[in-house]
Amino acid sequence: MAADVVIVGAGIVGAACARALARAGARVTVLDRGAAASATSAHGEGNLLVSDKGPGPELELAKVSLHGWARLADELADELGPRFPSIEHEAKGGLVVVTSADGLDGLRGFAETQRAAGVEAVEVSAERARGLEPDLAAGVVGAVYYPQDAQVQPVAAAEALLASARRAGAVVRTGAEVTGPLLGADGRLTGVVTTQGEVPAGDVVVAAGPWSAEVAERLGSWIPVRPRRGMVLVTTPMEQRIRHKVYDGDYFAATQSAGAELQTSAVIESTRGGTVLIGSSREQVGFDDRLRAAVLAEMARRAVAVFPFLARTNVMRSYLGFRPYMPDHLPAIGPDPELDGLWFATGHEGAGVGLAPATGDLLAATMLRLAPAVDPSAYAVDRPTLRNHRPADVSDVQGTGVTRASDTSRGARGEART
Amino acid sequence: MRHVVVVGAGPAGLAAARAAADGGARVTLLDSADGLGGQYWRHMPAERPAEREHLLHHRWTTFGELRDALAAHPAVTVVPSAQVWSLERLEYGARLNVLVGEPDGVGREALVLEPDALVLATGAHDRTLPFPGWQLPGVYSAGAAQALAKGERVAVGRRVVVAGAGPFLLPVASSLLQTGASVLGVHEAAGLGALGRGWLSRPWELAGAAGKAGELAGYVRDLVRHRVPWRPGEAVIAAHGDGQVEAVTIARLDERWARVPGTERQVEADAVCVSHGFTPRLELAIAAGCALSASRFVVVDAAQATSVAGVWAAGEITGIGGADAALAEGAVAGTAAAGGDTGAGPALVAGRARTRARGFAARIEAAHGIRGGWVGWLRDDTAVCRCEETTYGRIREVAELTGSRETRSVKLTSRAGLGPCQARMCGRTLQELLGGPEPSLGTALAPAVDRRPLVVPVRLGDLAALPQRPQQSPNPQENPT
Ligand SMILES: Cc1cc2nc3c(=O)[nH]c(=O)nc-3n(C[C@H](O)[C@H](O)[C@H](O)COP(=O)(O)OP(=O)(O)OC[C@H]3O[C@@H](n4cnc5c(N)ncnc54)[C@H](O)[C@@H]3O)c2cc1C
Ligand SMILES: Cc1cc2nc3c(=O)[nH]c(=O)nc-3n(C[C@H](O)[C@H](O)[C@H](O)COP(=O)(O)OP(=O)(O)OC[C@H]3O[C@@H](n4cnc5c(N)ncnc54)[C@H](O)[C@@H]3O)c2cc1C
Repeated sequence: MAADVVIVGAGIVGAACARALARAGARVTVLDRGAAASATSAHGEGNLLVSDKGPGPELELAKVSLHGWARLADELADELGPRFPSIEHEAKGGLVVVTSADGLDGLRGFAETQRAAGVEAVEVSAERARGLEPDLAAGVVGAVYYPQDAQVQPVAAAEALLASARRAGAVVRTGAEVTGPLLGADGRLTGVVTTQGEVPAGDVVVAAGPWSAEVAERLGSWIPVRPRRGMVLVTTPMEQRIRHKVYDGDYFAATQSAGAELQTSAVIESTRGGTVLIGSSREQVGFDDRLRAAVLAEMARRAVAVFPFLARTNVMRSYLGFRPYMPDHLPAIGPDPELDGLWFATGHEGAGVGLAPATGDLLAATMLRLAPAVDPSAYAVDRPTLRNHRPADVSDVQGTGVTRASDTSRGARGEART
Repeated sequence: MRHVVVVGAGPAGLAAARAAADGGARVTLLDSADGLGGQYWRHMPAERPAEREHLLHHRWTTFGELRDALAAHPAVTVVPSAQVWSLERLEYGARLNVLVGEPDGVGREALVLEPDALVLATGAHDRTLPFPGWQLPGVYSAGAAQALAKGERVAVGRRVVVAGAGPFLLPVASSLLQTGASVLGVHEAAGLGALGRGWLSRPWELAGAAGKAGELAGYVRDLVRHRVPWRPGEAVIAAHGDGQVEAVTIARLDERWARVPGTERQVEADAVCVSHGFTPRLELAIAAGCALSASRFVVVDAAQATSVAGVWAAGEITGIGGADAALAEGAVAGTAAAGGDTGAGPALVAGRARTRARGFAARIEAAHGIRGGWVGWLRDDTAVCRCEETTYGRIREVAELTGSRETRSVKLTSRAGLGPCQARMCGRTLQELLGGPEPSLGTALAPAVDRRPLVVPVRLGDLAALPQRPQQSPNPQENPT
């Protein structure tokens, strides 16, 4: 029996889409070339942040998603039982600190715009900030507290979403790489070809994270997703001394103009396991996985500048992943404008975990013509800000109206150095 | 002058450093330990010379010669207490990031090396399979027990049981005897069948590796003299005690290393030394991009060259062959790294010795390689990951609930392997328990349990104090964080 929907990618985004669609009654098959929850979603962190987002569509999605995670935490625990690994949902709150008067001005102005957009952003004095975080550096002159900032453990969360989707009838097939399209006589996409054979489907959703450009191309379309590398440092377990998600907002003053997105610099936080996570860098180096000590050093300097006691702690691990980066910093959620039957749920860059629940719901609502919780047009694949990223080598294939990319070296793979 | 950096000063690294220097290169030899010698020649600190050093250290004179030759050589710099904590792969070679000083000291000196040629000789550590009670004080890895015996002259207990697999159980028992411990028995998991296939199917090779056979025969004589029974086809399958080992259960094993029901017996003992094989220290080789074999050793050619230009490998990271193999491989690698001809002169002789020694390595694997039946020793409450205390039962439960048998996912949902040892102890065990091949996600995302970009824990302060090197950024307009 053919699936109603095939989802390419069993990361956190594909998992959220699978659950939403399966619970809405669709017969879903999730395909992944590797294992589930093992690619980008296992190489990042699980911050669910509103603190780093300025007013706009990403913030709107984040706000809906924040509620989504709170609800999911309960639903998944009920559904999967106490023995299932916890998704470790915790609304611990974020604290953005600054060390200069300029920085404080910039942060204040930013928080003002966020408040207007419905974010809880509480300005706190340096003294009060130290009440919240006793080990903060002496140089901290002020802070904004974001009580809504939360977190989950992304791998457990993705596995829980997939387990829930399976209970609603979804099938998850791992080790199946999508290599090409199945096309109907009318040129419509009717499924995918995989390394495990053909998988017919009514609709195909690309949720392949930073590899989405490649998958889109294999299916005969395009999406301008590119890898943006991030590294994370993990300390050895210790007695917890950091209570919130803490990061410095000086960077904001230095590089951003008002209204723009606050770049996350070195979010420092404790985990339930007792480790401290310090993340994460942002570099565009393709899929290059080579360690760069200078990047680790820069992250370490930022962390020590916020929490001097960390200088004496041991880092036991560093890891890296590739965020699915979009040129206009917004995910693509919805149908492909040119190839009938093709859908996207990708390009969440550094917020895919946070945005996953709302993404799944929005995709299901659009596909099944239900009422969406947010206006879908901002995330539409044919939005103007993406149009000029159409690669020059995508041309109409005669007769079918299907677009095809002929040059396989473009996009993600063209940048890979390894 | 060509600069050759050798990482690891065990038999392989010492021989490589010497050969490279003899070949006209400038050589820097690094080891994280405070003395030279590696696992094989782990010796007492200079200030406590031992009279009977030669008894504890086979081929002690070889070590003395190598050490003295390196000390006397003007082109050689030996840096002890030098931890290579990461390797950066550059377009034109490798960069080693090194911290020099006491491992726990504050403000270690940072050293950055970009050699013309790199020889990796980082060795292996012994691998211990889990069994009920293995986390009790009094259970030692054979390597740790031997290091204590050789380095500190300390016996791990009075009544000691040695168990596991492989010919190196014998020298461990021998070292223990020499510290005055009573060794109750050496229990070798491989049965006579496997031992026969591994050791006797090609007796002419055994004769060829006469040095090795003679050495092992010496250890066997030690055992006989002390009336220590050597029992093939047996294993310690549990340790018991209240806060400390008081007894162990020993059982017979079948060909697959599964226990034979009804053969269990308890023996009172206050220490157990176990080693079931070796895990090569692959971190630097993986960071350098070296190809690994299916059995996960560094692949090398006849000149010990890895798949990466400018990087050679020698010793236990290329296969478990004992100290003789390591010495021979090191000599070949050092010669090649210095730009010399490995088809002539001393390197040719070393190459032949290496071929003989490799036969020995193959026999070790054939006879003593781990067989899957050991999983039956486990109970649901047996800790598989000692750092995080994740039990066998929990790992199975999590894998079943999530439907995932992939190590990365199971690590993150069960916490196994996430602790301070970073799966050095349990990584391969976890993979074997989960069964199934590792999915290949390519490059960075390949969930190899051996991949550790940070070779050892590093203080955040040491990282923060690293010099800024702007030329490093391939994409200068990008902010690094
Ligand atoms: C260092 C770092 C820190 C981060 N921190 C956060 C954070 O704090 N909060 C947050 O919300 N987000 C964070 N992110 C971002 C977040 O991790 C990603 O946005 C998210 O994981 C993307 O999920 P995904 O499901 O789209 O992609 P993935 O998890 O990569 O899943 C895509 C899947 O597609 C599969 N696939 C690819 N090609 C094919 C094919 N041809 N056929 C079949 N399957 C295929 C892959 O195997 C993969 O499993 C971080 C990212 C990084 C790198
Ligand atoms: C318990 C036991 C008993 C043994 N008994 C025998 C025996 O009787 N006969 C025999 O022939 N062989 C024996 N062996 C095997 C023998 O020890 C090895 O064959 C030999 O030591 C391998 O030499 P190597 O140079 O490859 O590695 P090693 O001797 O292990 O040397 C590797 C060196 O590299 C250093 N190093 C690793 N990583 C780094 C880094 N990142 N930075 C800096 N330094 C680093 C380590 O500190 C170490 O000193 C035994 C092994 C064990 C564990």
